[in-house]
Amino acid sequence: METLDLLALSPPGWGATLLAGLWNSLLIAVGAFSMGLVLGGLGAWGKIHGGPITRDLLAMYTTIVRAVPELILILILYFGVTDLVNQILIAFGHERIQISGVAAGITVLGVVQGAYATEVLRGALLAVPQGQVEAAKAMGMPPLLMARRIIFPAMLGLAMPGLANLWLIATKDTALLAVVGFSELTFATRQAAATTKAFFTFFLAAGVIYLIITLLSGWAFARIEAWARRGEPRNAGG
Amino acid sequence: MRDWLQPHRIFLCLIGAALVVWCATQMRWDWLPKYAPLMAEGIWRTIWLLVLSTVLGMMLAIPLGLAQAAGPWYLAAPARIFCTVIRGTPLLLQIWLLYYGLGSLFPQFPWIRQSDLWPILRQAWPYALLALTLSYAGYEGEVMRGAFRSVPRGQLEAARAMGMPRHMILWRIWLPQAVRAVLPTLGGETVLQMKATPLVATITVVEIYAVASRVRQDTFIVYEPLLLLALVYLCLAGLIVLLFRQIERRGPMTRRAG
Repeated sequence: METLDLLALSPPGWGATLLAGLWNSLLIAVGAFSMGLVLGGLGAWGKIHGGPITRDLLAMYTTIVRAVPELILILILYFGVTDLVNQILIAFGHERIQISGVAAGITVLGVVQGAYATEVLRGALLAVPQGQVEAAKAMGMPPLLMARRIIFPAMLGLAMPGLANLWLIATKDTALLAVVGFSELTFATRQAAATTKAFFTFFLAAGVIYLIITLLSGWAFARIEAWARRGEPRNAGG
Repeated sequence: MRDWLQPHRIFLCLIGAALVVWCATQMRWDWLPKYAPLMAEGIWRTIWLLVLSTVLGMMLAIPLGLAQAAGPWYLAAPARIFCTVIRGTPLLLQIWLLYYGLGSLFPQFPWIRQSDLWPILRQAWPYALLALTLSYAGYEGEVMRGAFRSVPRGQLEAARAMGMPRHMILWRIWLPQAVRAVLPTLGGETVLQMKATPLVATITVVEIYAVASRVRQDTFIVYEPLLLLALVYLCLAGLIVLLFRQIERRGPMTRRAG
């Protein structure tokens, strides 16, 4: 029982520290996933409907981000973005600022997620039956209404498995921010473990927390996918 | 080749070339000769960690996938739980659990400290290799589960009707078709595995990422080592993609499609 006391919420225990880390992790995961969706949506649109230069630049973006380890992108963007913002601020006569860890984390992981989301959404967009789009155009539907009523609902079910995967990657990639010293769940765990020397207790506890997030999100995404695919003809296997 | 001669591509290539020239002339590369031997060593260590962990991981993944696809429940359930746990927790956490957890547990047992294995267990790389192997096994176990299921039943029934023993069915019919079906996925997963290797630098394994970090700490040069590092990983990813394309091309399935 003694080692479980270390997980108590009040100060001799480290439970509150872990929960604060969990909150930061979730904040960054949600932020990065949302930013990835926006970037991915723009990227998918650009890859399909953009001009040749847009398409080449987007191809470079997705290739490089998917081939270089996230850890290195995090370091490059972390140092690079901080530097850039500060140089702009100094150029306009302001003082240097320290960019908050949450903002930097969301930006960096968002850019990474954007590359993967581009591919997922592009695949889903291309899989929307062309006849439906043509029918909508023939009925004189304005483009925004068509996107909302025809393309988006048809895409959602197709994109859901990929997006669920991306969300799980987002939650696990927040752990990488521990390497740059940002206090999310993994970093808080390591701090607690190093101080108390109860390595197994804390790492296993954090593992259970991550696992619960994974299982809950898996269940939630399965529900959303079932809802998005309502009314679709079932395959022989399903 | 004609693809590359479109005007906008030439324009983009020129911009790219100008950027490379600017990087080569305007940035600081004077540290490079001093650290070159260390970097070569780091790249070598990254490569063997990657190769060994994928090979060992695949050897674990095949039974894991088979157990989930066709095994009895007492084998399928543990395999499923293993894959879920590995895929549900961050690799960094797994690495730290193994290194700090086991690393603090082992010295408490005198018989481990006196054994011949102790000099190896005191180093960091066995834990790094173990964590990477288990991670690859977890992800690929899931891939192989789908792969084993995707092989048409008729093939296995035909083999059984011919009186083939079970292990021969596995080796000659089931496994080759399963692996071939998921080769493209495995290529992508191996690139992901390569992208996971720099994490072992956090437990003091000196691979290429750790070397670049050391350059940064020694010389206070930030961007140049990181850019070089990104280039090294880009090349490694390209090599993996080419390697898997080569393997795919050797099979009979692609010959039919191409």
